[in-house]
Amino acid sequence: MSVRLEASSLSVGYGERLVVDSLDLSIIGGTVTAVIGPNGCGKSTLLKALGRLLPARSGAVLLDGKQIDSMSTRDVARVLGMLPQAPSAPEGLTVADLVARGRHPHQSWYRQWSSDDAAAVDAALAMTGILDLAERTVDELSGGQRQRAWISMALAQGTDLLLLDEPTTYLDLAHQIDVLDLVQELHASMGRTIVMVLHDLNLAARYADNIVAMRGGRIVAQGTPGEVLTEEMLLEVFGLDARVVEDPVSGTPLVVPVGSRHRLP
Amino acid sequence: MKTPAAKAPALRLGATSFRLRRRPLLVVAASLVVLAAALIADIMIGDFPLTVTQVVDTLLGGGTRRDQFVVMELRMPRALTGLLVGGALGLSGAIFQAIVRNPLASPDILGVTWGAGAGAVSVITFAGSLGVVTGSAASIGVPLAGLFGGLLAGLLVYALAWRQGIEGFRMVLVGIGITAVAGNFTHYLLTVGDVQDAGRAMVWITGSLNGRGWEHVVPVALALVVLVPVALIGGHVLGALQFDDQTSRGLGVRVNVARSFLIIVAIVLASVATAAAGPITFVALASPQIALRLSGTAQPPLFGSVVVGGALVMLSDLVARTVYRTELPVGVVTAVLGAPYLMFLLIRSRREARV
Repeated sequence: MSVRLEASSLSVGYGERLVVDSLDLSIIGGTVTAVIGPNGCGKSTLLKALGRLLPARSGAVLLDGKQIDSMSTRDVARVLGMLPQAPSAPEGLTVADLVARGRHPHQSWYRQWSSDDAAAVDAALAMTGILDLAERTVDELSGGQRQRAWISMALAQGTDLLLLDEPTTYLDLAHQIDVLDLVQELHASMGRTIVMVLHDLNLAARYADNIVAMRGGRIVAQGTPGEVLTEEMLLEVFGLDARVVEDPVSGTPLVVPVGSRHRLP
Repeated sequence: MKTPAAKAPALRLGATSFRLRRRPLLVVAASLVVLAAALIADIMIGDFPLTVTQVVDTLLGGGTRRDQFVVMELRMPRALTGLLVGGALGLSGAIFQAIVRNPLASPDILGVTWGAGAGAVSVITFAGSLGVVTGSAASIGVPLAGLFGGLLAGLLVYALAWRQGIEGFRMVLVGIGITAVAGNFTHYLLTVGDVQDAGRAMVWITGSLNGRGWEHVVPVALALVVLVPVALIGGHVLGALQFDDQTSRGLGVRVNVARSFLIIVAIVLASVATAAAGPITFVALASPQIALRLSGTAQPPLFGSVVVGGALVMLSDLVARTVYRTELPVGVVTAVLGAPYLMFLLIRSRREARV
């Protein structure tokens, strides 16, 4: 198992403010990592820096051992696919065309479309189960379908490293499970390395091999779901009083918040 | 069942391969037919009416000496200027609209056109009031000043809208500001200049093809010969540029470099076109949108916008030359056609109520 993506004493910030503060992290190839933490803890910023969407203030991000800042944008895009939190597409763009944009890193001005591109697009649409939506426009899709379309674009990019920023936002529970099952399939059948930001701790526990818990721009705990998701950690990271029991289906930790209504006097 | 991607097969030519889509190709072919018909009709009409056969004959090198003179010296340069200016404006508008992701983004609104107008009117009125408006000041000075005015205004908008990158909405707002400044400056010049100069300036700022010769054709033709291939080559990035910055960057696009390059190409195209024929309004705004609707694509097709732009100016010039006994400036016709179209666009844009 080799380290695919690594942050070494990485600091990232906006203006004066440091959002990620000298953080170290190693992502092992072929694993699914979930980054959790309260709002504003820097998890999205960390993901953007790992995908080279934000420059490092100090420290470095290494992609397969190479400084990501020294690589060309196109070379990064051939290895690492990134799905931002709320991507926007122009009105009237069809699903097939959206997914076709994922081929951009493999195209050039004289080779704007090849049969490889067509095959990758068809495969990506089939994998997310939206082949029948190919001719529809992105704006007329439901939230769940739209998320699948965007994931298809990232798949068509053909990278074995995928960074997903809250891929389940705005989706109902059934669609959240659909999307995460898809992530699981990508991981299991194709050995892709996935790093995703998730809000739902129970889903993170079920779908991730590793959990990284952040607070105030630093990593507070990391390890398997069983190691990280403890009652002490929830109190420390989220300030949340909760019980942790065993998930009756998966056997992973299940977080049950207490809340003031049920708090013992 | 045909797979989605198979509907637009790849066309291979040696090491190059492109995507072929039937509808946009049909639109280009149909627009070319309209363009050719309008061009021939435009050459036929006038004080010495010619028949279709005479025009075609003359273009192929035959015809009488009188026909040769009328076609090659008088009408052809004028028609070609219109055609090329239309093409340049169409392409400029298509690039702006694709980058700014707003159908209202065009050189008219982003300050380029009025910048060119202010430049040209400065020469017309200042040179006039100093009594040095000679033949060369009129034929070279005015277009040159227009070119510099347009470039200056376009680059100013670009520089003022830059905040660690270009964002479409901010660029439109800054453009409206620069348009207002340049427009008011132009009007100020018209009030201080003498009446005759002001009259000539007014004709120029309406956009006219009247009296255009080969000296007007050549610069626009050169600009198009160089910049159309450049735009089409750079244009493959446009598809990946039409998302938010982070998504585009994730697809391997150097967003700021690509956007800056294409915007500068669009500014140069609009400035050269305006320098040749004055600000012919609405062509840059409407042609890409017409081409887009006909082609059924999500962003304005670049080559389609060139052809539609050329056809639009040719048709408008036909109208301008035939509806009244006296000839109207072509800009009047495009404005009359364009204004309702702009309102239609504003009413129709249900989803995006931006600018």
